[in-house]
Amino acid sequence: MRSAVVVFPASNCDRDAAVALEQMTGIKPHIVWHADSEVPNVDLIVLPGGFAYGDYLRCGAMASQSRVMRDVKAKAEKGVAVLGICNGFQVLTETRMLPGALIRNAGLKFVCRPVAMTVEETQNAFTRKYNHGQRVVFPVAHGEGNYFAEDETLDRLEGEGRVVFRYAPGDNPNGSARDIAGILNEKRNVLGLMPHPERVCDPLLGGTDGRALFESLIEALS
Amino acid sequence: MKARVFVTLKNGVLDPQGKAIGHALNGLGFQGIGEVRQGKVIDLELSERDEAKAHASLKDMCEKLLANTIIEKYEIELKA
Repeated sequence: MRSAVVVFPASNCDRDAAVALEQMTGIKPHIVWHADSEVPNVDLIVLPGGFAYGDYLRCGAMASQSRVMRDVKAKAEKGVAVLGICNGFQVLTETRMLPGALIRNAGLKFVCRPVAMTVEETQNAFTRKYNHGQRVVFPVAHGEGNYFAEDETLDRLEGEGRVVFRYAPGDNPNGSARDIAGILNEKRNVLGLMPHPERVCDPLLGGTDGRALFESLIEALS
Repeated sequence: MKARVFVTLKNGVLDPQGKAIGHALNGLGFQGIGEVRQGKVIDLELSERDEAKAHASLKDMCEKLLANTIIEKYEIELKA
């Protein structure tokens, strides 16, 4: 599986993503700068965590206007898989590649801790190697991860099986509507999630629950 | 022409910052404070002299960048 990691000014999980991708696939990902007009031809594009453009105006707002995002959007429309983690998820909602928005955590605090989630959907390229309903623990580290969408959008996401990760009961760290942690687009080739799967791919980092996400992508896209 | 754009969260969208401001004001001894909601003010200078055109262009700016209309509403104020 060939992959690329997009780097915006003030991305800070780009290296984590690149290390995890190289460990899992054996191939170094392309590193693509925000001002580049094109992403190389790859199977997976990762938008990493961080604070792109200092989160000016709104988190993800400036990054959504960057040159590279035009090509990311075009490639996603052609079916290339796109994974947005944390700030990457915020960028995907700001570009309207995913519905809804991520607003300030209900508790106001920046939350940095492992959270338990359930895998709600496995009929997609990102989670096919998990078991349906499997409990996984990924770390979160964000101040604006409170997923918001109108009720009809939420109903639609649930009805179409697009809520892929849900915080375990009682472990919602940010007040997200219906405990939503990660969602798919309509074509099911774009996934955005607040927790960090790339940080739990190596036992030395305290967990390996994220490995199956990359194994799923390798199986689906190689 | 100068313009001022107010961007605020839509009714029904949780505003924890506004809540925290309200709590802090209560802590300072201010009485009788109901709901507090915070927003943004963006001041812009425009070369456009026609008010209707300026307004249309600002509306476009709000829809495309200044506000996220999923969670926010905006108001435009023009000053000659």
